[in-house]
Amino acid sequence: MIRFENVHKRYPNSREALSGVSLNIEKGEMAFLTGPSGAGKSTLLKLIALIERPTRGTVVVNDRNTSRISRRGIPKFRQRIGIVFQDHKLLVDRSIFDNVALPLVIAGLSRREIERRVRASLDQVGLLERESHPPLALSSGEQQRVGIARAVAGRPDLVIADEPTGNLDPALSLEIMRLFTRFNDVGVTLLIATHDLDLLGHLDYRRIELVDGKVNYDSASE
Amino acid sequence: MLKRYFSLHLQNLVGSLGRLARQPFAAILTGLVIAVALALPAGLRVLVNNVDVLSESWESVADFTVYLEFSVSEQRALELSNEIEARNDVTQVQFITRDDALEEFRSASGFGEALDALDENPLPHTLVVRPVSEELINVEALADYLHGLPETQRVQLDTEWVARLRGILDLGERFVDIVTILLGLGVLVVIGNTIRLEINNRREEIVVMKLVGGSDGFIRRPFLYLGLWYGFLGALGAAMLIALTLLLLREPVATLASLYGSRFSLAGLSFSEFGILVGLGAILGWAGAGLAAARHLRSIEPS
Ligand SMILES: Nc1ncnc2c1ncn2[C@@H]1O[C@H](COP(=O)(O)OP(=O)(O)OP(=O)(O)O)[C@@H](O)[C@H]1O
Ligand SMILES: [Mg+2]
Repeated sequence: MIRFENVHKRYPNSREALSGVSLNIEKGEMAFLTGPSGAGKSTLLKLIALIERPTRGTVVVNDRNTSRISRRGIPKFRQRIGIVFQDHKLLVDRSIFDNVALPLVIAGLSRREIERRVRASLDQVGLLERESHPPLALSSGEQQRVGIARAVAGRPDLVIADEPTGNLDPALSLEIMRLFTRFNDVGVTLLIATHDLDLLGHLDYRRIELVDGKVNYDSASE
Repeated sequence: MLKRYFSLHLQNLVGSLGRLARQPFAAILTGLVIAVALALPAGLRVLVNNVDVLSESWESVADFTVYLEFSVSEQRALELSNEIEARNDVTQVQFITRDDALEEFRSASGFGEALDALDENPLPHTLVVRPVSEELINVEALADYLHGLPETQRVQLDTEWVARLRGILDLGERFVDIVTILLGLGVLVVIGNTIRLEINNRREEIVVMKLVGGSDGFIRRPFLYLGLWYGFLGALGAAMLIALTLLLLREPVATLASLYGSRFSLAGLSFSEFGILVGLGAILGWAGAGLAAARHLRSIEPS
């Protein structure tokens, strides 16, 4: 599903954020990306979503070499990926329903299909009865669940999440992670960046640790 | 698929109108600027059209000036004046004797002293004939008759000032064309700038849309419709401003016209002119938004 081959990334006027990362995440796998601040976790996820481009090396996502995807091809490519952000990135002037519906509207689904899928998604994150509320009427944890509902509403092959529990207390964090594991149970591939090592103690999934832009540890290669 | 496409556009059309309604003060202000910018050339055009109509009616009531032979006596000239006035295609004949003509010329031209140097009055008796009909055929018949009189030296139809007015009108029309283009560009810039600000205000939203896979076209569309609404509503405002102005002018124009025995009244925008105004407004809005979107949307990328 995701393959990095000796990937380097250097931002302008900055030291290398990634230096020679190689890794492979299979379809249907769920993996956590850990490491200290500045290790390059966010950078790695941005390369997958084509928010950034590698300076060197190859990133293959869903059998597509991302270097062959032009600017114009990015929207279609991103429609196959669900992205969850630490700060939710919800549109505050639209209802919960409209937020979750956004990727489906973009994909051009019919109104009936959109309603069906949005409700199914909101039901999965337990917020069905809040669909007409604005995002700011919800708690931070609830807003994060809306973000997750939006990420999975389009039934993506892959979900990536950058610190999805960054602002949440341990109980809520665990709840969010359990949500992710449920999606993984139905076959969604997930890659989740987090620095919350305590949380990972509760979860028996693959762990990839980055340090200084390199893979320091990978539980799959033990 | 086509149905879905149209429903998406319809949604955008309604959605962007809703966006205008959410910040009515700013929207009305911008709309007013656009309305004034569109009302100016459209109003000038209405003015030129009206003067055009007026000048046409003047052209047909232009007077004939008949210069008589020098040999014609004042007595004969007066008789002739009465004869011509008796015709039923003539309203009125004004008889100007050579002496009167000279006096008038003297005071009007400032060549008084030069004229004093002449022993003899160089001007003939003159009849100014005002035809009754506004139909050209009759006017020509009258012209033929006046030409045919043995006492006639020369006949002149006093359309020179009408021709001059026409020249000025042509110039006016050209001027209005230029004003239209300039203010059209102005509207384009105003709307483009409004949309630029709107794009800036909605930076975060645009980033989110790009992150969930929104194409350039998808993200651009609501802004294009916003521009369309601005142009369309601005043009409606312009039409209203023009109608209001004409309403305010109606009374004084009617009074003035009645003083001249005319029933002239100001004409407003015709239906097709109204259509052109509104259509042009909408197109300018769409184009202005398109230019702003092309320039500014591309630079907003998630990071
Ligand atoms: N836009 C950028 N421009 C320049 N340097 C950047 C940029 N983004 C990240 N970096 C640098 O790249 C390195 C890796 O950053 P990255 O955000 O990927 O780390 P991270 O592992 O996500 O850290 P954190 O846990 O704090 O989120 C850091 O040294 C950072 O300063
Ligand atoms: Mg990070």
